[in-house]
Amino acid sequence: MKSVRRAKLAPETPLVGRTASTHSLRSNGPEGDANGADDWLPPKVLLKPPGQLQLTDTELNEEFTRILNANNPNAPQNIARFNHREKAFKASPNVDHLVVHFEFDGYLNYRNVDESSAPPEPKPEEAVGQEQPTTETATEPLQSADGEKAEDEKKSKGPLRNQFNFSERASQTINNPYRERSTNTEPPPQRIFSDTVNQWSIYDAYLEDLQQKEKAKAKGGGAKGQKDEDKHILPAEAHTEDVYYKNADLRKSLTIVERMANQNTFDDIAQDYKYWEDASDELAGSKTGTLLPLWRFVCEKEKRKQVTALCWNSRFSDFFVVGYGSYEFSKQGPGMIGGFTLKNPSYPEFLYVTDTGVMSLDFHPQHPSMIAVGLYDGSVAVYSLQEKGNGPIFKSSPKGGKHTDPVWQVCWQKDDLDGNANFFSISTDGRVTQWTLLKTELAHTDVIKLHLELSSPPTATQQPTTDPLHTETTDDPLFNLAGGSSFDFHKKLDHLFVVGTEEGRIFKCSKEYNNQYLLSFEGHQMSVYTVRYNHFHHNIFLSASADWTVKLWDHDEEKPIMSFDLNSSVGDVAWAPYSSTVFAAATTDGKVFVFDLNENKYEPICEQQVVKKAKLTHIAFNPFEPVLLVGDDRGAVISLKLSPNLRKRSKDPEDEPTKLKNILLVAMGKPPAD
Amino acid sequence: MTDLGSTANLAAPDKSAGASADKGEDKDPKKNFNYPLVRVCDMAEELRVEAVDMVVTAVEKHPGNFEAAAQNIKELMDKRCGNSWHAVVGEGYGFEVTHEMRNLLYMYFGGNLGVLVWKAS
Repeated sequence: MKSVRRAKLAPETPLVGRTASTHSLRSNGPEGDANGADDWLPPKVLLKPPGQLQLTDTELNEEFTRILNANNPNAPQNIARFNHREKAFKASPNVDHLVVHFEFDGYLNYRNVDESSAPPEPKPEEAVGQEQPTTETATEPLQSADGEKAEDEKKSKGPLRNQFNFSERASQTINNPYRERSTNTEPPPQRIFSDTVNQWSIYDAYLEDLQQKEKAKAKGGGAKGQKDEDKHILPAEAHTEDVYYKNADLRKSLTIVERMANQNTFDDIAQDYKYWEDASDELAGSKTGTLLPLWRFVCEKEKRKQVTALCWNSRFSDFFVVGYGSYEFSKQGPGMIGGFTLKNPSYPEFLYVTDTGVMSLDFHPQHPSMIAVGLYDGSVAVYSLQEKGNGPIFKSSPKGGKHTDPVWQVCWQKDDLDGNANFFSISTDGRVTQWTLLKTELAHTDVIKLHLELSSPPTATQQPTTDPLHTETTDDPLFNLAGGSSFDFHKKLDHLFVVGTEEGRIFKCSKEYNNQYLLSFEGHQMSVYTVRYNHFHHNIFLSASADWTVKLWDHDEEKPIMSFDLNSSVGDVAWAPYSSTVFAAATTDGKVFVFDLNENKYEPICEQQVVKKAKLTHIAFNPFEPVLLVGDDRGAVISLKLSPNLRKRSKDPEDEPTKLKNILLVAMGKPPAD
Repeated sequence: MTDLGSTANLAAPDKSAGASADKGEDKDPKKNFNYPLVRVCDMAEELRVEAVDMVVTAVEKHPGNFEAAAQNIKELMDKRCGNSWHAVVGEGYGFEVTHEMRNLLYMYFGGNLGVLVWKAS
């Protein structure tokens, strides 16, 4: 770079001063003379330019001092620039004196400096060389080959990398497509309102308000009355929220979903219901059967109530109604009617609430939507499942021949000659009443009054327990009616029926004879809870009583044919619909007894504890399926499946009556008729 | 009838006074008319009670200065339930406004003032 610098300065020197150059030449002269070394050079001839000043020696010897400095004489001395900050012109003291007249970058390199090896790269041959001592086994020729290779590499690297030899490469990724999205909210609803304010309108408004207030005050209680009104309005409004539950379509789908959930939950029970048969029944010699508990029907609302009635629907094999009430005199309250289906054990299909406890229920055999209900307060009612309302379609009025005591049993009868549906009811007030459903009202007719004095003909065969009652009747007319507690109609002869009383007597009555019994059956000592005619042998009936016995009667005989002691008060008894010889009884100690007289005339073929700590109140056979229902006094209804031994029937249904007849003949000590 | 509910408590003392001054009503009826009387209200019950209170306090705070009262009402309502409330206080004026539903109060106060408060953003 020094050379460059020199070269730059070189042309400057002559400019600086011509006199200086001459001066230097002069000074060189005596130097060269002194040395004598420059003799071989041609002699210097001073060429004087024409027009040169002729100066005297003194003038020539005169000294002129001239100082050289680094300032550029051509550079401006007084640069003034506008200063924006101070908003004024300012002289800038910094003047650039550097002038570049020539610039040249050299291309020469020093010999010793090898630029190609300038970057310190780890050289592979060195590494090989270092490894050499460790790998002693390597042969000589290989080593030389290595060396050659290294040299080649060196050559291939070349003397210099061409710095211009590069290529530019570029790529572009795909731009994500743009998407535009926008939403528009609806502006809040608006309304236009206009009016005019002026003094008279304000005055009028105040005056009107004043008058209104006075009027409200005059009405009496003003604000109080208003509050009452509000109270009336509010619950009604709250009620409307439930309306969508009453939507018929939604209700239907909800029912289906509920049943699906129940089917899932109670799948094992459903499987048992359909397919389970007790294997032990098939063992040879096994004559006993078992009852398999299936679903348990409890409704939370009726937990504190007793099951007082059970009735299967006459058309739908899975449907039954349960009456809830109380048998205890001191624990009476509102009753309920719950309709259950086997398809939904968790919640009743419908619920009717009654003012007093329900005591009895009956489905109409031809119109399966009609339910006759007997209540604790002595009234009877008819509910129709087809009606939307929550109330009965018919209800006996207090003045219209209502019973004065609980209605223990109701029973539909064939429609009368005019085609009106009618049913019978029996109550402890000693009346059997027929109720006819007319268009607008429930007409009543007392069919019979259970007179005690008539009931006890002056014979010596009276039960001692009825004696005091009988003697009292003459004195006290209050007691001259027997308390009816149950009845049943003859299956074939419409007018015939038997009545069980609280005194233990059973009477055979006819609708035709108003105040006379056809026959009086003696045998029970306590209240007769149930009497039931056999489905096949029409003259035979069963009675269940609180005196622990179930008795079998022929309605032409005064004495019972058979008697079964069950060691506990018998709540209910029912004939099986499929066999003439099978019946079941429920007792207050929680047991269910099933008898098949064809198998065993003395012992039940099944005696099973169904509930613990609860009394069984009612029992009902399903008319189609081998299922038995029992109700207890805690509001639960249990369904039981009858094992094969409990549902044996004759091959020919025609044989059923004779099967029973033969057994009874044997029981009465007569030879069986063939 | 809803109006009665709101003004019942305020009007209660007036009642007795009004009853006694029944005969003298012609002389100075305006004396009894100093309670707020809601003419038209399209508001939730809670808001209405609050708004009526606001109007009453604002008008009583700036007696005779309707502009300041209106300004006060507007600011209070903006703070209470969002922007762009408008208030008009005056003795006589006509108007036709577009308001958001459920956000309008038109009432008389003090026997000679009409106050209109509405929301429109």
